[in-house]
Parts: sequence; C-alpha cells; structure tokens
Amino acid sequence: MVERRPFSNLLAHLILWAGIIVVVFPVYYTLIASTHNPRDIFNGEIGFLPGGVPTENYKAALFAGAKQVKTTPATVMMLNSLAMALMIAVGKIAISIISAYAVVYFNFFGRMFAFWTIFVTLMLPVEVRIYPTYKVVADLGLLNSYWGLSVPLIASATATLLFRQFFMTIPDELVEASKIDGAGPMRFFWDTVVPLSRTNMAALFVILFIYGWNQYLWPLLITTDATMDTIIVGIRRQIVTSDANTDWHIVMATAVLAMLPPVAVVVFMQRLFVKGLVETEK
Amino acid sequence: MRKVGFNNKLLPYLLIAPQIAITAIFFYWPASQAVWQSFLIQDAFGTRTEFVWFENYEVLFKDPTYFNAFIVTVVFSTAVAALSLGIALLLAVQADKQIHGSGPYKTLLMWPYAVAPAVAGVLWLFLFQPSLGVLAKLLRSMGVDWNPLLNGNHAMILVIIAATWKQISYNFLFFLAGLQSIPKSLIEAAAIDGASPMRRFWTVIFPLLSPTAFFLLVVNVVYVFFDTFGIIDAVTHGGPAKATETLVFKVFQDGRLGGDLGGSAAQSVILMFMVIALTAIQFKYIERKVHY
Repeated sequence: MVERRPFSNLLAHLILWAGIIVVVFPVYYTLIASTHNPRDIFNGEIGFLPGGVPTENYKAALFAGAKQVKTTPATVMMLNSLAMALMIAVGKIAISIISAYAVVYFNFFGRMFAFWTIFVTLMLPVEVRIYPTYKVVADLGLLNSYWGLSVPLIASATATLLFRQFFMTIPDELVEASKIDGAGPMRFFWDTVVPLSRTNMAALFVILFIYGWNQYLWPLLITTDATMDTIIVGIRRQIVTSDANTDWHIVMATAVLAMLPPVAVVVFMQRLFVKGLVETEK
Repeated sequence: MRKVGFNNKLLPYLLIAPQIAITAIFFYWPASQAVWQSFLIQDAFGTRTEFVWFENYEVLFKDPTYFNAFIVTVVFSTAVAALSLGIALLLAVQADKQIHGSGPYKTLLMWPYAVAPAVAGVLWLFLFQPSLGVLAKLLRSMGVDWNPLLNGNHAMILVIIAATWKQISYNFLFFLAGLQSIPKSLIEAAAIDGASPMRRFWTVIFPLLSPTAFFLLVVNVVYVFFDTFGIIDAVTHGGPAKATETLVFKVFQDGRLGGDLGGSAAQSVILMFMVIALTAIQFKYIERKVHY
C-alpha cells in the first residue's frame, strides 16, 4: 500500500484469518463429525479431531442411506444431481448460444420482440410462479423425470445476454472474410463463433453446474419418488424434527458428499469460476 | 444487430425457437396462470371455481400471518444483507491491502459460494442443535437457554447466521474486484495530501465502490428473498410458530397439497412485482453509475 505500517498490516492478516476460520469451521466440523460413530455424535462428544471410523459412515451413506427414516442411497442421489446439473448447464448453454447468434447476426421480423421476450425473464425466478409451473410440468407428464427436473430451469436470460455481449465484440472482418470464402451462417457459427466462445462457455458451465447441483425448491416439489431425489433434497429428508430419529452420522457424511462436487469445481476451476460469476451478473 | 450479418429467412427463427418455446411454456404461461388464479377462489374439492376480482388480495392484506411473513422477510433480509455486506467489505479491504497478492485469501474465502443453501442450513443446524451441537453447548455453558426449536428469536438468529455465512464469499469476490479496479494513483494522491488511511477509505475508496455496493445490495435482497428457501426449509420449516416464515416459504406452504391455490397465486403475483421493482431500480442505478 501507500505507506509502511507493520501494525496495520498485521491486523489485516489477523482479520483475514479470523474470517477464514469462521468460513471454514462449519465445514471442518462436518468433516470431523462424519468420521465419528453415531453414539458419540448423539451424545455430543466428538471434540475437534477426526474420529475412529473414517469410512464407515460414508459407506453407509453411499450404499444404504439413513436407517431410522428410510432414505435413498447417496450414490443414486448423486447421479440424479449430476444428471440434473449437466442437463441444465449443457441445455442452457446450447439454447442460449444459438438464440444469441440469431439475435446478433440476423435481421428478421420480430427480432427486438424476441429479444425482449427473453430479456424480461431475467426478473422471474422460478419461486414466484412455482405452482403454475408445477402444473404445466404435471400436465406434460414430466413429474419424477430428468426432463421435468431440468427443462423448466434451462430457459433464462442471463446466458443469452452474456453470449450476445460477447458476439458484439467479434470483429466484423471475421464475418466478411468467411462470407468471401463462401461460408454460410452455420459454417461461420461452427468454425468461428463456437471456437471463439470456448472460454465463455466454460465459465458459464462452471456457474450453471453449481446452480443446477444446488437446486432445492424445484426438485423438492416435482419429485415424489424417492429414487429421483437429488442429494440436496435427500439430506433434508434425512433430518427428522424429533431429533432422536435423525441419523446425524449419515447426514454429516451425505452433506460432505453433497458439497464435494461443486466445491471441487470452484477450487480447481477458480479462474473460470470468477469470470463466469462476474460476467453473468452484469 | 450488427452491420454485417446474414440474410437467411428461416434460419434465425429456427435458432431462436427453442429458447422462445421453453420461455413461453415455463415462464409466460405459468406466470399468466398465476395472475389468473389469483382472481379465482376454488372450493375445497376443486370442483367449482369462482371469479372474485381482488378478494384473494383483500383477504391477504387482512391476514395477520401474511403481515407476519412480511415482517419476518424484512427483518431477515435486512440482517443478512447488512451482515454479509459488512463482513465481506471488511475482508475485501484487508485482502486488497496485501502486497504479496490476495490470491490465497481469495481461494480460502470464496468456496462457500458452491455450498447449497440447504446444506449450509444443515451444517449450522448441526452446530446449534440444542442437545448435541457444539456451539449450542457453548451457549448453554455461558448460561443462555438456547433452543431454536422452541424460541422464535433463536430460530431467526440461526437462519440469519447460515444465510450470512453462505453469502459472504459472493460479496467478498465482488468487493475485491471493485477495490482492485480503483486506480492506485488516486489513493497515493490522497496520501500525499496527508489523508489518513481511514479518511482515504471514506472519501476516496468508498464512493468509488458505491456502484458495486449498490449492485450487491439488490442481489443480496433477491438472494434472501428466494435462495434462502432451502435454509429455512432445512433448518426451521418456518417455525417455531411461524417465527421464520418468509414470504416465499408462505407461498410454498399455502399452495401445498392443493391447499389455498388462489391465495398462494396472489402471493406469487405480489412477489413477482417486488422482483420486477427491484430489477428496475437496479437498472436505473446501473445506468447512472452511482459514483459521486
């Protein structure tokens, strides 16, 4: 910074570390708890160090689920979450890139109308129209299916706007050059636009994968068949209000499993994540 | 539209069709249904419906539980927005000071973004679980009769903590990006003029950061309104005695199992207007680029 202030700098480090401890503690403690046996957890005697059963709870969570309230094994739920997250991410990117391409590179009747039709949906989260949307999905016979989980969530304006903004920065010379070479619009799309958009697509994929994996209200509503539970909804089902019936050791292991994929994506694809986050929110 | 483009007649319609179709089927149709239903009353068996104009809304505005949900939402969102923005700003300012870069701190502070709200709720629920939670025990040993299952204020504190924890990383990333885009020469100039670090923060840095802060404020309010549904449902179910029942949670509860669909639809419509208003405010301010 501007002047040398060893004390102020030390204070800055202290504040940051305090922040990190607060942020990390709940997850650390969950990780610890997931390696203790049920009795110690129930008696609240687990301390702050790893317990004696590093894998047992995970095995039970992955292959059997909770016992006192019957729940789906986490392997099944993770596959459901994965399918939902991938379908949302890929679907959203696919339909938005082509609609943005249409809006930017073609002049057609109703173009502005189409653009605004998409744009207005920026303001309508699924929560505000939850039951009518549920009814549409039910009428289409999509309850308890991957299509029902993902398709209603793949239409949104953010991705279209992001691609539109990016396409505006592609120089006109590229379009002219490929026209001179005799390339049609689809050829230009596949050979020039898609390769140039690769970083944007990847950044968007990271954000949308997390978005899809972490969905809660929508899957809770449209899946009644327990084998279709996503892992986020599944954890909720493992917790019972009368506490004695909650298998906390399974809940803790399942929570770790539920956090693992999206957190790994953020940590390992940090650059793309930050890019995606900042650009989708403009 | 750019100057150079293509001249196909059919192709653009084919390209835009999937997006428009999904938007029409899953956005516009349900949204218009919500508006339509909010004017109807259905009897308990769903056999007869009657068009009642604004009766559902009138009932709602007289309903003390709706008023309660409104107050709960205001308290909850004010607390979460204030806490998460304040803490994130404090951390971002400290990280921005680091000569050797803010990289490692950034990595360590940003990942809770990836934790689902419902899971964040479960983690904190476990820590504050009255009989076995480690923090609950700590509170009890300090003489606090901690019980979020029975005490409404405790339940509210618990969901506020979980929602704030989850949101700090997001705000931190945006504040840090905002801070790093402020030219260092401005701060140096102020320092040469003899401004203390505190004064520099309030007269130079903070005004330049205000567009980021304002953007985050709106995003945070929208987050608390909608995304925290998972936290509430996992931690308190809106209880005890509706002490943590937010507007979105009430929409969900009232319409559940084909209950009060008209009332639930009316609530959805009101929420829709709130979101549209928030978005409009945001656009207006982004255009003006809030700095002084």
